[in-house]
Parts: sequence; structure tokens; C-alpha cells
Amino acid sequence: MQTIDLAKTPLRELNQALQAQAEQTNQTEWVIENPKGGHAIAVGLDAPIEVTVKGSTGYYCAGMNQQATIKVTGSAGPGVAENMMSGTVIIDGDASQYAGATGQGGLLVIKGNASSRCGISMKGIDIVVHGNIGHMSAFMAQSGNLVVLGDAGDALGDSLYEARLFVRGKVKSLGADCIEKEMRPEHVEILKDLLERAGADADPSEFKRYGSARKLYNFHVDHAGAY
Amino acid sequence: MCGIVGLFLKNDALHPKLGDLLTDMLITMTDRGPDSAGIAIYGDDSNKLKITVQSDTPDETFHGLDTALSLALDGPVTMRVIDTHAVLTLPEGTEAQARAFMAEKGIRVMGAGHSMEIYKEVGLPKDVAERFHLRDMAGSHGIGHTRMATESAVTTLGAHPFSTGDDQCLVHNGSLSNHNQMRRILTEKGFKPQTQNDTEVAACYISSRLAEGANLGEALEGTLDDLDGFFTFVVGTKNGFGVVRDPIACKPAVMAETDDYVAFGSEYRALANLPGIETARVWEPEPATVYFWER
Repeated sequence: MQTIDLAKTPLRELNQALQAQAEQTNQTEWVIENPKGGHAIAVGLDAPIEVTVKGSTGYYCAGMNQQATIKVTGSAGPGVAENMMSGTVIIDGDASQYAGATGQGGLLVIKGNASSRCGISMKGIDIVVHGNIGHMSAFMAQSGNLVVLGDAGDALGDSLYEARLFVRGKVKSLGADCIEKEMRPEHVEILKDLLERAGADADPSEFKRYGSARKLYNFHVDHAGAY
Repeated sequence: MCGIVGLFLKNDALHPKLGDLLTDMLITMTDRGPDSAGIAIYGDDSNKLKITVQSDTPDETFHGLDTALSLALDGPVTMRVIDTHAVLTLPEGTEAQARAFMAEKGIRVMGAGHSMEIYKEVGLPKDVAERFHLRDMAGSHGIGHTRMATESAVTTLGAHPFSTGDDQCLVHNGSLSNHNQMRRILTEKGFKPQTQNDTEVAACYISSRLAEGANLGEALEGTLDDLDGFFTFVVGTKNGFGVVRDPIACKPAVMAETDDYVAFGSEYRALANLPGIETARVWEPEPATVYFWER
């Protein structure tokens, strides 16, 4: 196991060391100490390594992740796992705004709550939030799955494309063009798999599915007056 | 972008460490606001009316200022000079006269009250903190700000905190879009902002609401209806400390509470070295929700 203490090692050295790991590396376990809310910790990784950050992180932790499993034992600041491509990011505490934004793949698990704009413009990432999510979550979400065991804030899924949203609790309000949809057997299967992978003890039948009404996809002549 | 820090102590034993703790928090927020920095500190020694003033030529301006003011007010005045600032204690009920005296001499008034002192200058937070010996200051609560200017010039008067009422101050991360209109409304009510800065308008708004009889919570609630734009505000009064974020809430905020204190930071980094932070309740204040503590 490799241990890097951010109280002694500059951030750039840490990220360079992590980014230098090859796909076949035998140094598969890394522990980062004293993150103290620092920015851009463990970003741009591209190897199947396991990184544990002991504490809370600031802006953009685990951004652009590929292959790696990154776990934060505290809470994460804005933009955690932004633009993730693959791999897994697990936050034991809460996540601040725009968690998993623009993510293209992989799995983001937030054990606490996520605040506003969770999964904004997501493009294939799967996000599982054990707690609640804030307003404007999944805004313009294009593909992937957002699973929320708690409640969702205002304007969920505004201007949504083809991402699937599963919420167990209450939804304060739905955004433009986002509607509740039927939960078909294939959705139950997807949800069951995600809940299992995210270590969430919840029954898929308790969730509702939300998706795009697809009314904003094309110009509608009746709306001409609005332009 | 700007940085905000705030610390409201619940445990009296920590009062001597207020300046030290706040200074570390402030310096951590340097890269959010390297233009200027400021701090409002609420000391325990609050039996006298005092006024904090500033001059770019302190040696000249403050020389004999206490004697001259004492004569003008016909009462005892003491003066403590700290770099470009001076804190003057005044006889009760002479604040308006003292303000007129300073205006005539072209001396800037940073704030007044029985508890609060305000220190702010252009420069890096660590330099500003050193110049004013912020580390050595004690008190019950304090608010600090590191500024990256967007709406008005980088000047001493454009730095935060803004104080527009006795023992009241406000710091802001964001920008307001209806500040000109609100400035006119407030001016009609007799709360005339001194600068073209948007944040000062918000401070005046809070002062006007408090003067109308609102409590701190109600005054903060009013900002959600009456101010337009982006804001995370942290407000101090003689006995209180409050926080509010606009409904969109894109300006960051983190809070922490223990039995000893309530702390605010634009980022968790600012709180990471506080005593007992490992076991503190740490949370992100909700959008359009008022938080306040009063002792």
C-alpha cells in the first residue's frame, strides 16, 4: 500500500504519481492523508487502482476518472467526479453542487446527500445517492442513470434528454419536459443492479421513474409566439 | 469569486483565540480573493461607543486627531492607531457629530458601534492580517472577507465588510443586479450608501430592515424577496451572526457547528484546521434558507 500525506507532498506530485500508474501496475492500493478540503485531488487517473482519500475534499475531486476506484471517507466539494469516463467514485459523506456533472461512464456513489445540480448534463454516468439531492439535478441529462434513495429538490430533470431518473422519496417539482414514466421490467433490472453495486439496501419497487416527455426535442409551430 | 469566513464562538474560553483562528481561515481563502481583505471583529469590551476610521496618510491625519475630536465633541476621546486605521472611543450620543467631523476632514469611517471594529485594506489577506495584527485580537465573533472585485474598483472602501449601522456588518460573495434601483429606494428612506458598490446596498438594506424593527432573521429573509442576483451573505450584529444564500445558490458555502462554535467558510478548506472539526456537524447551507444565531 502506498501512502501519500498531502501535508508533506504537493498536490501536483500526488496527481503525477497517480496518473503515472500503468494498467498492469502492482501498486494497486493508495491512501491519501490530510486532504483538508484541497482542490483537484486524484484527478485524471487512468489505471485500475484503488485510492482512498482519508478526510474531506474540495473542488473537482476525482475528475476525469478512468478505471480507478476512488473513495473519499469524508465529504466532497463542488464538481466531484466531473466528466468521469469509467471506474467508481464513492463518497462516504455529502457531495456539494454538480456532482458527476457531464460524466460519460462509471459509477458515482454518494452515501450522504448531494446538493444542487447533481448529474447536470450527465452523458452516460450512473449516479446513486443514498440521501437527498438538491435543485436542478439532472438538468439537460443526456444518458445514464440517476438513482436517489431520498428526496429530490426543485426542477428535477429540466430539459432532460434520455437519462433515466429513479427517485424513492418525494420530488419537490419536475423541470420542463420531465415526466413520471412507467417502471417496466427492464427498468427494475437496471435499478436492482445499480442499488446492489452501490451497496444500497432498497427495494426497486419503491422507486418511481422519471424521464423526458420529448416535447422539447423539436420546434413546435404552436410555440412560435414564444420566440 | 470571493472568500468568506465567519466564526461565532459559543464557548467563552475561546474568545482570546478568535483573531488567531479567523486569521488562519482568512489566509486559506486567499486564492478566492487576493485583491483586498477585511475583517469585522466583535470584542468583549463593549461599554464604550467607538468608531473605526481609515486614512491613506495615517501619520499626518491621525496626529492630534483625538484632541481635536475631543474638543469638537466636548468630551473625552481615546485613540488607538493600527496602521491605516484608528479606533476612537467617544462620549455616548456623539456618533453623528463625530461622523460629521470626519466627513469634514475627509477621513473615512469604516464602522461604528459598541463592540464592532472593522479593518480592511487592499492587498493580500496575509499582509492585511499582519498590518492590523488580527491574530492578537479577541472577541465573541468575527467575519472576514477576501475580495476578487467584479462590480466596483479595488479600493479600501470597496473592500468588505460593509458596515451601514451600529455594530452591523455584511460580507458578500456574488453580484447583485438590482442594486441601482435598491440604492434609490434606500436613499429615499435615509439609508444612503457611500459607494457605487453593490454589496454596500445589501448592507444598507439589512440596516434599514433592522431599523424598521425586523430581527436579524427577518431582515435576512427580506433579501430573498428584494435583492436580485447572486449572493451568499454573512451578516454580523452585536449579538448575532447570520447566513443566507440566494435560491440558485451557486456561490459556495460550508458551515460547521460544535459545542464551542458555529463557523462559516466559502470552502471546507477554511474550516479544516478548526479545533474539533473532525467531529463537528458539517453541512452546506440550503438555498433560500436563513440561518442565524444570537446570544
